[in-house]
Amino acid sequence: MFPKKILTLLTFLIVSFSSVVEVYSIEPDIFVQSTVNRAAKTLGGNLSKDERIKKLKEIAKDTVDIKGIGFYSLGVYRKNLSDEQLKKYEKVFTEYFLKSFSSRLAEYSNPEIEVNSKKKINENYTIVSSSLIATDTRPEVKIEWRVYTKNPEKPLIRDLIIEGLSLARTQKEEFASIINSNDGNIEVLFKNLSEFVTK
Amino acid sequence: MIYILYNHSIMKKILITSLISFMLASSVSADTDGENSLSKKSGGVKDCFEGLNRATFSLNQGLDKVVFKPVAKGYRKLPSPVRTGTSNALINISSLVTIPNNILQGEFKTAGVNTGRFVINTTVGILGIFDVADKMGFSEYEKEDYGQTFGVWGIGAGCYIVLPVLGPSTIRDTVGSFVNVLGGDPYYNASTHGNNEYLSDSLYVKTKVISGIDFRAKNLESIDNLEKNSMDFYASVRSLYLQDRQQKIVNSNPTIEIMYEGDWEEVESK
Repeated sequence: MFPKKILTLLTFLIVSFSSVVEVYSIEPDIFVQSTVNRAAKTLGGNLSKDERIKKLKEIAKDTVDIKGIGFYSLGVYRKNLSDEQLKKYEKVFTEYFLKSFSSRLAEYSNPEIEVNSKKKINENYTIVSSSLIATDTRPEVKIEWRVYTKNPEKPLIRDLIIEGLSLARTQKEEFASIINSNDGNIEVLFKNLSEFVTK
Repeated sequence: MIYILYNHSIMKKILITSLISFMLASSVSADTDGENSLSKKSGGVKDCFEGLNRATFSLNQGLDKVVFKPVAKGYRKLPSPVRTGTSNALINISSLVTIPNNILQGEFKTAGVNTGRFVINTTVGILGIFDVADKMGFSEYEKEDYGQTFGVWGIGAGCYIVLPVLGPSTIRDTVGSFVNVLGGDPYYNASTHGNNEYLSDSLYVKTKVISGIDFRAKNLESIDNLEKNSMDFYASVRSLYLQDRQQKIVNSNPTIEIMYEGDWEEVESK
């Protein structure tokens, strides 16, 4: 009798725990839609440009894997960096990314994005497909979001693929071009990033 | 007169063929040992003439600032139905190049659909001004060109080049563009050899210019935004152009999902 009670209790605990896990894991498409809604609310509100940028930076910090994108953008050069250089890079890249991200988005007013579908491509990534609704001045734009789902409770955006063009890849190739044009000197990239942040 | 025209046409073909031969030869040598010290790889495509390309890119930026951008801004001021109608008509004309390329790529069903779309839009849609086929539920139209067909056939892109006025390209895509004027574009053929009062060489050129303005007008903000947020605008444009061509050659959205997967897995192994 006693073991049966324990078994029931254990079963109850396992089921409850599973439910808790279920509750806290966030579906990538819902995550993207909620991120888009947050951004749209910011862009559509009556905020000044500086306030918009501040809010957009907060959204990016919450929802984008800035560190991961930074490492990706460095490509093969990442492996040659000392710990000190990596720290320096992480800091300056974060500032660069937040400025670039918020500045790009701040130009748009009230963008309407519809999330259409999602596809899990492996344990780490799900691609969420969406459309930026057409306006008078531009046609509909397909946007795909590469969502990093290694931690299902805290999905993070790693890339935006706009009409088949990856923003992260474009940035990686831009960084590579700067490093290559300067005989592989990574400090020039750091200098460029710092200048971008302060300009 | 006919003899002169005939000779003119032959001369043009010889000139174009020579240019193509030269470009293909350059492409082969650049892929083997013709790479200069400025050569770099970008998405698997070499930027063999980067110094010259950057200079041409600057020239194009200057032209854009003085000519194309102001014209595109003016074009934007036209009423929306006028711009939509123009854009539709240009897309309709482009199907004359898309259809033979569908066939050359073995996409016979798509060729059939695009032919139906062209016939309906040219007749019911009044020279393509109205996209009636879209309203009738035809599948989404995808432009194809000879550069893409060469890519589908497995011909490499060769070096990345920036053409004066025309902008980014590769050796393969430039050769593909020449195929249009060597008989591959029925609209060009009808305009230059059609012997009719409605079409002419100059109309063909005007159509191409309007296509460029239409494209620029549709991308005013996005290009400005990209330039403003790039540390190396030339490299960003090169990357976007090469990604776009790669995407168009594979012709299928799901490949986006696995494209560059290896690069991302590398981040995991840090």
